[in-house]
Amino acid sequence: MRKYILITVALALISFGANAQSFLENSQVNGSFQTDVQYYMLDEGIGITDLNGKKLGINGFGKVNYTNGNFSAGIRFEAFLPEMNGFRQELNGVGLANFFATYDNGFIGMTVGDIYDQFGSGLVFRTYEEWSLGMDNALRGARVVIRPAKGLTFKGVYGRQRYFWAPYLERDFATDDYRGIVRGMDAEWDLNQSIPAMNESKFRMSLGGSFVSKKQYDQSLFYYIPENVGAAAGRINLGYGNWAFSTEYAYKINDPSAINNFIYKEGQALMSSLSYSQKGFGAVLQVKRTDNMSFKSMYTGKQNDLDINFIPPINYTHTHSLPSMYTYSTQPNGEMAAQLQINYTIPKGTALGGKYGTKLAFNMSQVNDIVRDSVMDNGQLVINKPGSLGYASNFFAVSDHRFFRDINFEIDKKISKDWHITAQYINLYYDIETIEGHAGAPVVQANIGFLDVTYKINKKQSLRLELQGLWENEVRAGYEYEESEKKDFQKRGDWAAALLEYTISPHWSFSIADKWNYGNPVEEYRDHYFTGTVSYVHEATRVMLSAGRQSEGVVCVGGVCRTVPASSGVTLTVSTSF
Amino acid sequence: MTILLMALMVTGLHAQSKSDLPNVTVKDLNGKDVNIAKLTNNGKPIVLTFWATWCGPCIKEHNALNDVYTDWQDETGVKIYAVSIDDSRSTAKVKPTVEGKGWDFNILLDVNSDLKRAMNVSNPPHTFLFDGNGKLVWQHTGYVEGGEDELYEEILKVAKKKK
Repeated sequence: MRKYILITVALALISFGANAQSFLENSQVNGSFQTDVQYYMLDEGIGITDLNGKKLGINGFGKVNYTNGNFSAGIRFEAFLPEMNGFRQELNGVGLANFFATYDNGFIGMTVGDIYDQFGSGLVFRTYEEWSLGMDNALRGARVVIRPAKGLTFKGVYGRQRYFWAPYLERDFATDDYRGIVRGMDAEWDLNQSIPAMNESKFRMSLGGSFVSKKQYDQSLFYYIPENVGAAAGRINLGYGNWAFSTEYAYKINDPSAINNFIYKEGQALMSSLSYSQKGFGAVLQVKRTDNMSFKSMYTGKQNDLDINFIPPINYTHTHSLPSMYTYSTQPNGEMAAQLQINYTIPKGTALGGKYGTKLAFNMSQVNDIVRDSVMDNGQLVINKPGSLGYASNFFAVSDHRFFRDINFEIDKKISKDWHITAQYINLYYDIETIEGHAGAPVVQANIGFLDVTYKINKKQSLRLELQGLWENEVRAGYEYEESEKKDFQKRGDWAAALLEYTISPHWSFSIADKWNYGNPVEEYRDHYFTGTVSYVHEATRVMLSAGRQSEGVVCVGGVCRTVPASSGVTLTVSTSF
Repeated sequence: MTILLMALMVTGLHAQSKSDLPNVTVKDLNGKDVNIAKLTNNGKPIVLTFWATWCGPCIKEHNALNDVYTDWQDETGVKIYAVSIDDSRSTAKVKPTVEGKGWDFNILLDVNSDLKRAMNVSNPPHTFLFDGNGKLVWQHTGYVEGGEDELYEEILKVAKKKK
């Protein structure tokens, strides 16, 4: 008997020991930190004669996650002391910006706290965070995900969105915080995962649908603001062998807002893509039409504040400094866009492919306005009049007003073990008046080219030289301008840029760069923008120090942009994750 | 008897071995769900590398990795998963880009950045190396020319330890 008791106790101890141990062993803590510090200096050469009392900008965050099996939780602390130039002033502050706890066992997933999620391609719902833009529209509330069968997913979300540091619980109408509540649900059915006979089929299909609504508070003195605004979307993805097709359509009921000039028109969006890919070749065609699809949880919201949905821009994202000066940002009130991209690798061992193959890429994208026709309002024909139905728009008609076009061709070639070349030609059309709001400013029409040459000195060290040129067709040195419009010609005209980088793998990188606006029509804007940068990387830790001038421009991630004023000074970035 | 039980207890304590692969589901290029915690490679090392179609250094890193991938696989059995963090504006471009550039890696789509957040990736490229038991042994952010050599040294260490 005693023996049995002993064995039972021992077994219990073993299992308890193993459980406690496995509990501890399964506990994981990880996180990341980043601090960006900018020190600003006076620089009369680029027109900075007053710092307005701001010598320092500091943006920082620290994030810690805990996971244990099906459970996870995390917090993110943020500090803007004060925010760096180019970030929204409302960010100024310190605090716990984000927290969440999730339990997910595969069948059901529950989250409380700050939620990042998206339905389909985000046309009716997407919350996300982009540190480099100071953008965060997280939904604070609850989310339930249920997967009742293989291939079938249902989601429900409910909450209020982040609005800088505004409190979530009590609304403060005095400070214009009219934020409403957002609730949404989504269903997705992947036939290939759900139907056994289709598991390995060459034919692939999935379907999805979502409904999102906001409940907002009418505080307007002039208009009747609908207190419930709903939006719905449906999507389908099809594939057969190397082919893939996907499309999503979204509809939103009338939603007068500061962005759409308080018109009572419904909103629509359609986005489709068709692609073909096989080893060495890929092509994709995308088309998009959006009409009055800005959807915010507060009707007075400006810029990127409190966006419930995300309208993806479909164009090439340039990363070199000159072409990225003119990055397109989505026009929320309507646009028609198309993009074609082709990637091809000339195989190894052919005359043109050489020893390593040659990679070619072509991309063309264009965005035009939609056509808006007048509508009757109180016996008068009006277009876009506040309080009216706004306008009528033919779904398939394309306006002659072109916002943007980018045609580019890239060649990427490893010439030998030590030499590598990338070159790109870009033809750009950029309606700066519409995109950046410089009223009356002439369109940017430019040819841009860059050449990027890398030479491997030895196994660890390499040198990289980058040469870029941007030549405008009309606005160049000698272009006549009105003295009163001078300000609109900042950054315009011809540019040349060069960068030399020396790297010692895997830790060090040293670079010097200059951008020169030599062909600006305004003589005093023909400035050099010198910068020097040193960065050190050790595993997941990066320290970067740069000094010099930053030109006025736009920083864009995902088609969402922030403008950065010209500055001069020193920037330090430290980031690490564990 | 007691000694035997004690021994059993001690073994019990060490039976579990920890995996650092997070319990996050992403999709493959055919839209199929892939749970990262369930990735296996027969006890051989696994590399997860975060990238995006719009990230220049990522494309450079992948071109360089692709040139040596077959050799690395022959020598160490390593498996590379390239996790795209492209969002809805460019997810449709991922497959044509990957095929057009001729990459041989397994591609995963993290459209909602769930995996990116779970693994604390701030900026791509960010590369993680896991041993055959899913334990995180090395990570690196950024890419400079020749960076793949350091990764390979680490892969070799892991692959050797296994033997």
